[in-house]
Amino acid sequence: MEAGSDGAAALPKDEQIWSLRLYIAGQSPRSLNALANLTELCQQHLGGRHDIETIDLVRDPSRARDDDILAIPTLIRSLPLPERKIIGDLSDTKRTLAALRLQPTGTE
Amino acid sequence: MAMLVELPKAPTGIFGLDEVTGGGLPRGRPTLVCGPAGCGKTLLAMEFLVRGITEFGEPGVFVAFEESADELTANVASLGFDLAQFEANGQLLIDHVNVPSREMDEVGDWDLDGLFLRLGAAIDAIGAKRVVIDTIETLFGAFTDTAVLRAELRRLFLWLKERGVTAVITGERGDGTLTRHGIEEYVSDCVIVLDHRVTEQTSTRRLRILKYRGSLHGTNEYPFLIGSTGVSVVPVTSRALPHSVSVERVSTGVARLDAMLADGGFFKGSAVLVSGTPGTGKSTLAAQLCAETCGNGDRALYFAFEESEEEIIRNMSSVGIDLNRWVAAGLLQIHCSRPSLLGLEAHLFTMQRVVGEFDPAVVVMDPVSDLLRTGTAADVAAMLTRQIDFLKARGVTSMLTSLHTDGITAQADVQVASLVDTWLLVRTMEGNGEHNRVLYVLKARGMANSNQIREFLITGQGIELADVYVGEQGVLTGSARQAQEAKERSSGMARQEDLEQRGVELERRRESVEAEVAALWRDFQAEADIVGRLVSTGSVGVEDRAGQRAAQGRLRQADPDDPDSSARSANLPVRA
Repeated sequence: MEAGSDGAAALPKDEQIWSLRLYIAGQSPRSLNALANLTELCQQHLGGRHDIETIDLVRDPSRARDDDILAIPTLIRSLPLPERKIIGDLSDTKRTLAALRLQPTGTE
Repeated sequence: MAMLVELPKAPTGIFGLDEVTGGGLPRGRPTLVCGPAGCGKTLLAMEFLVRGITEFGEPGVFVAFEESADELTANVASLGFDLAQFEANGQLLIDHVNVPSREMDEVGDWDLDGLFLRLGAAIDAIGAKRVVIDTIETLFGAFTDTAVLRAELRRLFLWLKERGVTAVITGERGDGTLTRHGIEEYVSDCVIVLDHRVTEQTSTRRLRILKYRGSLHGTNEYPFLIGSTGVSVVPVTSRALPHSVSVERVSTGVARLDAMLADGGFFKGSAVLVSGTPGTGKSTLAAQLCAETCGNGDRALYFAFEESEEEIIRNMSSVGIDLNRWVAAGLLQIHCSRPSLLGLEAHLFTMQRVVGEFDPAVVVMDPVSDLLRTGTAADVAAMLTRQIDFLKARGVTSMLTSLHTDGITAQADVQVASLVDTWLLVRTMEGNGEHNRVLYVLKARGMANSNQIREFLITGQGIELADVYVGEQGVLTGSARQAQEAKERSSGMARQEDLEQRGVELERRRESVEAEVAALWRDFQAEADIVGRLVSTGSVGVEDRAGQRAAQGRLRQADPDDPDSSARSANLPVRA
């Protein structure tokens, strides 16, 4: 099935919007990889039910302190609760999904 | 030949630490401070920052992995460090890194750029010259991939060097390693090891410079203390002897003792050891010195390890030394503490702090032998060395009393004896059914001291020294001395009488001689008169006889000019 089209349709239902924050450091390969991997993963498995905020700590270093970020890249799933934190460039999709507690094939 | 340039150093401002590191921590480089939990790492690191701000105008960043900013602020408030104020002034930035414990998943490659950026931002925000990272090893609890973490830590320390900040990294001691995760491998410029030991129920903190690349440094273990004003490292053995010496004298308060010490008393700023058996008046001697000092308008400080202030004042008033008056006048302070109450270093530090505040001319420590209960003889001696050096450097005259039970030497004495300038020995001499105190000067550097033993009397008016007599049974003291004195007095009187008698006799004899001379003169005069008379009458007679003879010759009609016949004829009529 195509999560992309289904997800958009499922949006008004009980399916929750996933709120994700990705902390990166400029244009470093790891940062770019992480962003690409995340975008692809969300497209695949969350359809449109996600909102990715990218925070570049090179541009806004104060966020590192405010949000307690050490490792780059760091992905925070702020919604659904509880908050989860994943570090790394998310190159392993299977493990990323597991870490996000996201069912790879969807529940629908 | 290349010139050797000493590494640039950043003074810590921490009491004593700059001395043992030869000027401070390597400037622009990271220093590792490691030790077991509760050894004072965090405090040392924080003071490094605070002193940097207050004394050297260098702002600092404190990256706290363990405690929150509030906790840190509260912890050091007791030392008088107002972190909130420094933060408000933009001199200090505390970044509490909340290290998540095992709630992170690691997927793929990562690095610690977040920490770097964060730290970089903090440094830039206040223009920090100093950075503390306390305790970075906490990160090992958060990340699973330690290989990556290690690589990142190595990069972090290199990065700190590049940034040119003087950094202190703390680490907790591991099992057989300096730090739990071996980060000493990455911080190799300077490593300071703290330790916290408990010996005989007394805890002692120690500091050692394990390594200081490119610099000379003290290699000993130095006691270090956390006092009410911060951390103090007590460098002892490294101390040179810079104190200037004085030829000024400090009266002992006992005139005859001053006299025994080459007519003047102790040298100002010298150290005096008074050792003796119990009850020989060591404390009294010390109190007398205090009273004398206060009497001269100077301040005296009395550290008592055995008696309370009230006891000392009462006991001394019974021998006529009024300490209360000087306490009231603010010239005398008595500090009492049980030796076991604090560790040796804490005692030392407390004493130095009090001396610093009160600025006395004379310090008494009574008795230092009690400190032996809190440490080994070597430790006590080391501590006293520091104390004496400290006092000498300040020009403070110190009197240490030492109690020993028998013989001349006690553990502490021997250790201390070489440090002190003057060593007075008070002991009791038994004999004649009593025991009496005697005092003598065992050693007095730089003065022609008396070698005599004096009897040491504690009277209602303080201390007096009396002559002792050397008799057939040795030195005479107490009643034997009094008896000897009486004997000498009476024999003296007898001699005096004898002399007077002789004088009288001589006078009499002189008078009689004069009388005899006068009589002789009279006799002589009388004789001379007679002779004179005879001489004059004799010449008249001759003329008479000559006339008579002439007349007789005329009468007899003899030859008038024959002297023989006239002489013969002159005799004839006398017989006839």
